[in-house]
Amino acid sequence: MFETLTDRFEGIFTRLRGRGLLGDAEVNEVLREIRVALLEADVNLAVVRDLIERIRGRCSGAELSKSLTPAQQVIKVVNEELTATLGGEPFRLSYASRPPTIVLLAGLQGSGKTTAAAKLARWFKQQGRNPLLVAADLQRPAAVEQLRILGHDLGVTVFSEPTDPVAVARKSLEEAQRLGRDVMIVDTAGRLTIDLALMAEVRSISAAIEPDYTFLVIDAMTGQDAVNTAKAFNDALALDAVILTKLDGDARGGAALSVKQVVGKPIAYVSTGEKPADFDAFYPDRLASRILGMGDVLSLIEKAEKEYDAGVAEKAVERLQQGQFTLEDFLEQLQQVKRMGPLQGMLGMLPGMPKEVRDAKIDDRDVGRIEAIIRSMTQAERRDPTVLNGSRRIRIANGSGTSTTDVNNLVKQFKEMQKMMRTIGPMAGLAGGKGRKMNRDGRNKKVKGGRVTPSSRGAR
Amino acid sequence: MVTIIIAVVLGVLILVSAGFVVATRARRGAAPPPDRAGAAATGVLQAPAESPPDVVQEAPATAAPGPVEAVEESVAEAPPELPEIELEQRPALRDRLGKARALFGGYLSGIRGRAVDEATFEEIEEALLLGDVGIKTTTELLEDLRGRVKSGEVERQPDAVLSALRGDLEALFEKDETGLVLAPPPGPTVWLFVGVNGVGKTTTIGKLAARESLEGRRVVLAAGDTFRAAAGEQLETWAQRAEVNLIRGSDGADPSSVIFDAVQHASARGADLVMADTAGRLHTKVNLMEELRKVRRVAERPPGQLTEVILVLDATTGQNGLVQARQFTEAVAVTGVALTKLDGTAKGGIVIAVRSELGIPIKLVGVGEGLADIVEFDPKEFVAALFE
Repeated sequence: MFETLTDRFEGIFTRLRGRGLLGDAEVNEVLREIRVALLEADVNLAVVRDLIERIRGRCSGAELSKSLTPAQQVIKVVNEELTATLGGEPFRLSYASRPPTIVLLAGLQGSGKTTAAAKLARWFKQQGRNPLLVAADLQRPAAVEQLRILGHDLGVTVFSEPTDPVAVARKSLEEAQRLGRDVMIVDTAGRLTIDLALMAEVRSISAAIEPDYTFLVIDAMTGQDAVNTAKAFNDALALDAVILTKLDGDARGGAALSVKQVVGKPIAYVSTGEKPADFDAFYPDRLASRILGMGDVLSLIEKAEKEYDAGVAEKAVERLQQGQFTLEDFLEQLQQVKRMGPLQGMLGMLPGMPKEVRDAKIDDRDVGRIEAIIRSMTQAERRDPTVLNGSRRIRIANGSGTSTTDVNNLVKQFKEMQKMMRTIGPMAGLAGGKGRKMNRDGRNKKVKGGRVTPSSRGAR
Repeated sequence: MVTIIIAVVLGVLILVSAGFVVATRARRGAAPPPDRAGAAATGVLQAPAESPPDVVQEAPATAAPGPVEAVEESVAEAPPELPEIELEQRPALRDRLGKARALFGGYLSGIRGRAVDEATFEEIEEALLLGDVGIKTTTELLEDLRGRVKSGEVERQPDAVLSALRGDLEALFEKDETGLVLAPPPGPTVWLFVGVNGVGKTTTIGKLAARESLEGRRVVLAAGDTFRAAAGEQLETWAQRAEVNLIRGSDGADPSSVIFDAVQHASARGADLVMADTAGRLHTKVNLMEELRKVRRVAERPPGQLTEVILVLDATTGQNGLVQARQFTEAVAVTGVALTKLDGTAKGGIVIAVRSELGIPIKLVGVGEGLADIVEFDPKEFVAALFE
C-alpha cells in the first residue's frame, strides 16, 4: 500500500517535471490526486476539503519558489499543511501540585484503552513516578483481570472493586493517597458515543475524580467516523489530548488528522505495538509523511542519526559528485548503512528509490561477499581498481572465498555506478550541495511566514 | 549484486540530503526518541532512552524508584452480572441502527426535489465516502451510475438515481449466503475467528455461542488467544453466560494446540460445533500471520471439519479494512466477514469494498454487547442505513 502511493506521488513528480510554472490546471490535477490520497488515508471528508482549499490557496500564485520544481513545491506545501494541522501546540504534561496527578482514559470499544493504560503506567514509572492503575471497566468481561495482569508484570498496583465504575473511581482516590501514589491512571469501559447512559456514566466518573488530564484513546485504523467519536467525547469530557493506538500496522492514520482538526487538542502519545514498551511521544511530521504515504522516512532518519556519522557520509557524497568515490569509500558507507539494520527493510523506507532497486531482493549474504572482496584488496587496488590484472583478481577471489567472476562483476558494476553517478548524481536534486540549498530555502520561507496561522485559517 | 552497490550509494545520497533535516531538528532541541526494535537488531548498544522532549518534567524525581515493591493485589474480581438470555426477540438491525441514524437524519434529503445534476452525484459521493466505502469503490459506483443516467436507463429523477444505486449495492450482496455453514456429522464443525486487535472477536464468539447453544447445538469454545492478558478469562465469562464448554491452554501456549485439544474434546463428547478464538494480530506482522496459518491447518485436521474462517471487522475501521481482508484471506482463506459495532455512528461501508474487490461475503453483524446482539447480515437494511 505504501509503495503504490509513493509511486503515485512520484508519478505526479515526473509528469510535472519539466513544466515551467504551475498553472491552475496543474494545481487542480495534483490536488485531485492529493484528495484521493488523503481519503484513502481515512482523513475525514470535511477535513480533506478544508485542507485542499488551504493548499490551493498557497499553491496558486505568489508563493511559488524559484529553487523548487513545481511538484516539489506542492508536496512541500501539502506536507507543511499536514504537519501544521497535526502539530501546533505540543502536549505538555505537568504534574499536579497536590498529588496524585489523575489521568482518565476514554474511548470506543477495542480502541486499546487498557493496553494504553498499562503503557502509560510504565512510561510514568520511567519518569520516576509511582503510578496507580485503576480498573474502572466493569463492563467488558475480564477487563479488570487484564489490567491486573498487565500491572503485575510492570510492578504497578492495580485497584478495582466489584461495585460500580463511579464508586471505583472515587475510592481509587483514597487508595492512591493511602498508598502514596503520585499518578493515577483510570481505565474506563469502551463506549459508543450514542450510548447516552454510558456517556453519562463516564461524565460521572470524571466529575468524581476531577482528572488533571483526560485522554481520548483512538485506533489509528479508524475511518470517517473518527470525527464523530472525537467530537462526542470532547463534548462530554473536555479532552486534553489524544492517544493514537495500533500505529504499528499499515493504516495510514488519517483519523489522527480528523481528530486533531475537530477537537483541536494535541496528540500526545502513539502506541506502536503490543508490548508495554511500544509507546512513544508523537511527532507530527512523521505522521504527516505517513498519511501522504511517503514512508516512515523520519523514523529512518532518526535511526540514521544515531547510527550514522553524518560527516563521513557528506564527504562521501562530495567525493561521489567529484567522481572520486572509491571502493574504500563504498566499504565505509556499507558499514554505516549496515548498522541501521537489514538493507532490504531500510531501502524500502526511502522515498525516491527507483522501483527496481526497492523491489530487488537483497540477500545480506551477498553484502557479506562484496565486503569480503573489497577487504581482500590492497589499499591501492581499492583506490584505483584499474590496476587489477588477472593475477591480482585471482588472489582477491582466493582471499575472499569467491570466484574471479564475482570479483570481475563487482569491479564492473562499481565502474558503471561511478559513471552513472557522475552524470545523474548532482542533477538528481537529492544530494549534497543542491539538496541542502533546497532545504535551506524551504526553512527560510517557512519562517518568513508562508505558514497559515490558526487565526487566518479560522477566518476562511 | 549490482543492485546492492546502487542501493547503498543511493541510500547514502538520500540519507545525506535528508540528514540535513535531522540536523535542523536537532537544533530545534528535539532529542532523539527512544529507538524501537531497530537498535536490538543492529546489536549496537544504546544510551538509555531520554525522555521525549515535549513533556515538561519536574525537577529530577526525588525518590528514585526503589526496587520493585511487592505488588499489592487490591483487586477483587466481581462475577459480572449475567444478563438474562432473551434470544426470543432478535433485535432488528434497523431498530438498533435507528438510534444512531436518528442523530444524523435525512442524509441525502438535500438532493430530493431538485433536478439531477453534478451536485447530486457529488452529494451521493459524499455520503458514500463518509460511510467509509472508500474513494475507489465510490468512484466506480458513481461512474457506472452516471453512465446509466446519461443513457436514459435510469430516469433523471433524484429518487430514481438513489434507488438505482441502492439496487446496485444490494445486488452486490444478493447471492451471498449469510448463515454460517455447519458440516454434516460426525465430527465437529469448526469455525475459526480471526482479525486485528480490538475488533470484537471474543465478544462475537460469545454471542454466537449463546445463539447456537440455544438452537440446541452442543458448542465447545477454544480460547486460542493465549497472548493477550485475560483473554481466556474474558471468553470464559462468555462461555458461562452461554452455558457452553470452554477449552483453555496456559497463557502463552501454542494456540494451535488449544484448538487441537478443543476439537479432540468436542469429538470425544460428541459436540457439534467448535468456535475457535484467536489473538488479535495486525496483518502486517509476518510471524503472527504464519502462526495463524498453522492454526488453520490444525483446525482443518479430522475429525474437525473447518467450514468457516470468519474475519471480524470493526465498523469504525476505515480503508485499512480492505488491506486487512486481503491479508487475512491470503493467509487463511477467509470465508466471511462479521461486521461488529454497527450500533454506533460508523456505517461500516468498507465491507462494500471488501465484497466488491475481494468477493468475501458479509455474514454477521454485531449490534451491541448483549448476548443477543448478533444478527444475520441484511443487505437491504445495511444499504438503507448507509444513506440515512
